[in-house]
Amino acid sequence: MVTVADQEEERRSSHLIYKMEVVSLPAVSRVAICGGTHGNEMTGVFLVKELQKRKRKEEGAEAPDILPVISNPRAVQRCQRYIETDLNRCFTTATLSVPVSDGTPYEIQRAQELNVFLGPKGSVKSVDLVCDLHNTTANMGLCLISYSECDWISLHICRHLQKEMPSVPVRYIHYDVPLSEAYSLESVGKHGFAMEVGPQPHGVVRADVWGTMTEGVRLVLDWIKRFNSGVQFDDKVMEIYTLVKTIDYPRDPETQMITATIHPQLQDHDFCLLHQGDPLFLTFSGNTEYYRGEEPLYPFFVNESAYYEKGIAFLLARKKKVNIPSVRVMTRESV
Amino acid sequence: MSCEVSLPEAKKVAIFGGTHGNEMSGVTLVNLWLKNRAEIRRSGVEVQPFITNPRAVEKCTRYIDIDLNRAFTPENLSKREAEDHPYEIKRALEINRIFGPKGSSDAYDVIFDLHNTTSNMGCTLILESSQDHLNLQMVHYIKQAVAPMTCSVLVNEHPFLQYSTSRSVAKHPIGLEVGPQPQGVLRSNIFQSMRLILRHALDFIELFNGGMEFPPCTVDVYQVTERVDYPRDTNGNITAMVHPNLQDCDWEPLNPGDPMFLTFDGRTVEYKGGNTVYPTFINEAAYYEKQQAFVITKRGTLIARQIKVSKM
Repeated sequence: MVTVADQEEERRSSHLIYKMEVVSLPAVSRVAICGGTHGNEMTGVFLVKELQKRKRKEEGAEAPDILPVISNPRAVQRCQRYIETDLNRCFTTATLSVPVSDGTPYEIQRAQELNVFLGPKGSVKSVDLVCDLHNTTANMGLCLISYSECDWISLHICRHLQKEMPSVPVRYIHYDVPLSEAYSLESVGKHGFAMEVGPQPHGVVRADVWGTMTEGVRLVLDWIKRFNSGVQFDDKVMEIYTLVKTIDYPRDPETQMITATIHPQLQDHDFCLLHQGDPLFLTFSGNTEYYRGEEPLYPFFVNESAYYEKGIAFLLARKKKVNIPSVRVMTRESV
Repeated sequence: MSCEVSLPEAKKVAIFGGTHGNEMSGVTLVNLWLKNRAEIRRSGVEVQPFITNPRAVEKCTRYIDIDLNRAFTPENLSKREAEDHPYEIKRALEINRIFGPKGSSDAYDVIFDLHNTTSNMGCTLILESSQDHLNLQMVHYIKQAVAPMTCSVLVNEHPFLQYSTSRSVAKHPIGLEVGPQPQGVLRSNIFQSMRLILRHALDFIELFNGGMEFPPCTVDVYQVTERVDYPRDTNGNITAMVHPNLQDCDWEPLNPGDPMFLTFDGRTVEYKGGNTVYPTFINEAAYYEKQQAFVITKRGTLIARQIKVSKM
């Protein structure tokens, strides 16, 4: 949510920085909206199914071609996160080039199919933008998660959502990973992000979360249409969250079973700044474990059910300001 | 007219966790107590913690082949253990052998079966009979002990909607259902609530076995009358969600004309029943496949007779 103080700060910063030139970017003509990358994250599944029903193309050259995709149909059918392995970890360059045989896990084969359909990753033929829809059990509001802090399209889209959805916290999370090692589906498009909305239990569709995600997707497409039609989006200073590290649960050294829950003061407090000495975990025997880091950081994905098996209780991020230049669609004249 | 019910000691008590392998509070509590029983030790009672569905717990999934908490039917329990069956039927036969046989005098006296739900049900105790005076006195004791925290009591005696639970092998089965909690997640508040309820439940049994008399009392309950499915298309896919006005409103009155579902294209579907009812299990993740968006209950008051132990 943008406060008056934020707006003031933005005005001051933009007055002080050198006015960046307008960046000309190609139109965003092909957009993939993906749901069911994790088969039990229900909002995206139903949203994509509704898009598939609607099918008719919007009028006008500015409207992008929308490709609604159910990424992991077998997992969706079983209402499970995945069948053999997490599909959303299969999009590294290495995994996309693994030779496929009968024994190759289903999700690796599916990732390669998606790479042919929406990519190939890193090539000029790939779709212009991938919007991959996810839910989380963590109290994260709406987050756009991206591998880039200089994908101006994704950042402007995020700013658009922040402005147009003031009642929902909208944040941009940056995973600083090079493209070849980027493991998730959105890395296949020229631009892309995961749209993560929570909290929602897996296997459930909540009407309030549906409302947030459908509005988010509508605004993404709305921005793209306006961008394609020639609207210039002015430069801004934006705050984003950059992943620093992950923290696991305390575990029994022999059995590896967890020995504590997320502390009640941390539970549901995603993006509330964690200071040294703040409680993190409450052990089953009633002791509190505290954050010992010196640098205050922002927790997120706090108590995501799918992350227990990945050894993650929550992630920690640093907040930073990014200067986003003005952008305008590239026309034949400006090429 | 109330008269005293004389009951034998409840000496053999079991605590079941992991009947659904992804309902984490029960799994965690039972594993904790299997390592260290100090917290569940009571004089005059043998308390056995037990993971009912270990393969589902290992995979953090509700079940492997079929829902264990529907598997204790007379038909299944009369099968032969040595034959090849779906995993949960084999487990049901084993559990019936260890803690039953269901319906016999050798069966365990009390079984607590620990569950979580994605529904906003708070703490709920589930009974399978309105005539079990030991259980009625126990839930009354627990409700008073945990106050001001509320504890609802759900009674499911419905001839078609009642199901064959793992706890039903005992003479006195009690379900503990605490939510909301997503599957696969352990929330501190939910965990502590379940732990607290069990503490008081075991205290009650110890007091009862020790000779304390429990005078007649009344227990406010919700009795299951009906289940309501999601609107679906001809292919069986759901076409609407629980309406925002109903979501998270477990135990609150649903009146005729109140919003019930919101279709994906924005239409409201209203409750068309004739009376005010009390829905629960609203939007439980595991019930989409069981054709259940929520369960309808009516409010009632049950009378628990005075009980006293009769030591043989």
